[in-house]
Amino acid sequence: MSDTAEMVVFWIFAVPLIAGAAGVIVARNPVNAAISLVVSFFFLAGIYILLTAHLLAFLQVLVYAGAIMVLFLFVIMLLTTKDEEYARGRVKLMQVGGAFGALGVLAVVVKAVSDLGPMPMRLVGPEFGTVKAVGRLLYTQYLLPFEATSLLLLVAIVGAVVVAKQRI
Amino acid sequence: MVPANYYLALAAVLFSIGLAGVVVKRNMLVVFMCIELMLNAANLTFLAFSRQSGNLNGHAIAFFVMAVAAAEAAVGLAIVIAVFRTRGTLNVDEVTALKN
Repeated sequence: MSDTAEMVVFWIFAVPLIAGAAGVIVARNPVNAAISLVVSFFFLAGIYILLTAHLLAFLQVLVYAGAIMVLFLFVIMLLTTKDEEYARGRVKLMQVGGAFGALGVLAVVVKAVSDLGPMPMRLVGPEFGTVKAVGRLLYTQYLLPFEATSLLLLVAIVGAVVVAKQRI
Repeated sequence: MVPANYYLALAAVLFSIGLAGVVVKRNMLVVFMCIELMLNAANLTFLAFSRQSGNLNGHAIAFFVMAVAAAEAAVGLAIVIAVFRTRGTLNVDEVTALKN
């Protein structure tokens, strides 16, 4: 793919991604925020494919847009609240300060990135980021953390059941 | 090729949106969603540097971040359900049991 075409594809994915992320904090209804987050996760998967991270893009759709967001939507539907009371609440000084703090973080990080100078991408082989390559890495060099991940997920499942259940 | 700076700037924007959401929003569930946004920004940074240096280790780290995020979402949402059951609200300003 030529440079210009790749840049066009980058912007095609980046603009809806930022719009979706902004929609999460603009939306007043939590359901709308969740849908907006799903949209931004899909576009982020497109960015991952542009970075030749095919396995991670697949997992992004499967784990985030699939599993985690279904969990979120389920909990939102379970806990029906009147969302107007959040929207109507007074804007507090801390919130305004927090918004400006986030802008400050953005300014500092963007300054740091632009000070790095142009960072051209290295040419990588066709194997880079495929299921085979990443899987081999996970099962050799990262075998112990990989197994620890399964233990972590088990503990999380048991913990979630214990916390959420009323009586056991 | 798109330079790595573009991806890093995009990740910075995503992280800032998530950070702003965490401090501005009052709904506990939306705060959780913004934490997920920040984790995804970190993932994007890992993958950008991984691609830029031609090193696959960043992909493995991003995989672990995803697994930890899944565990965090499960436990966090269980805590949200427990809080809602005892307090009857999801507003983070009204859940102040640890304040004094």
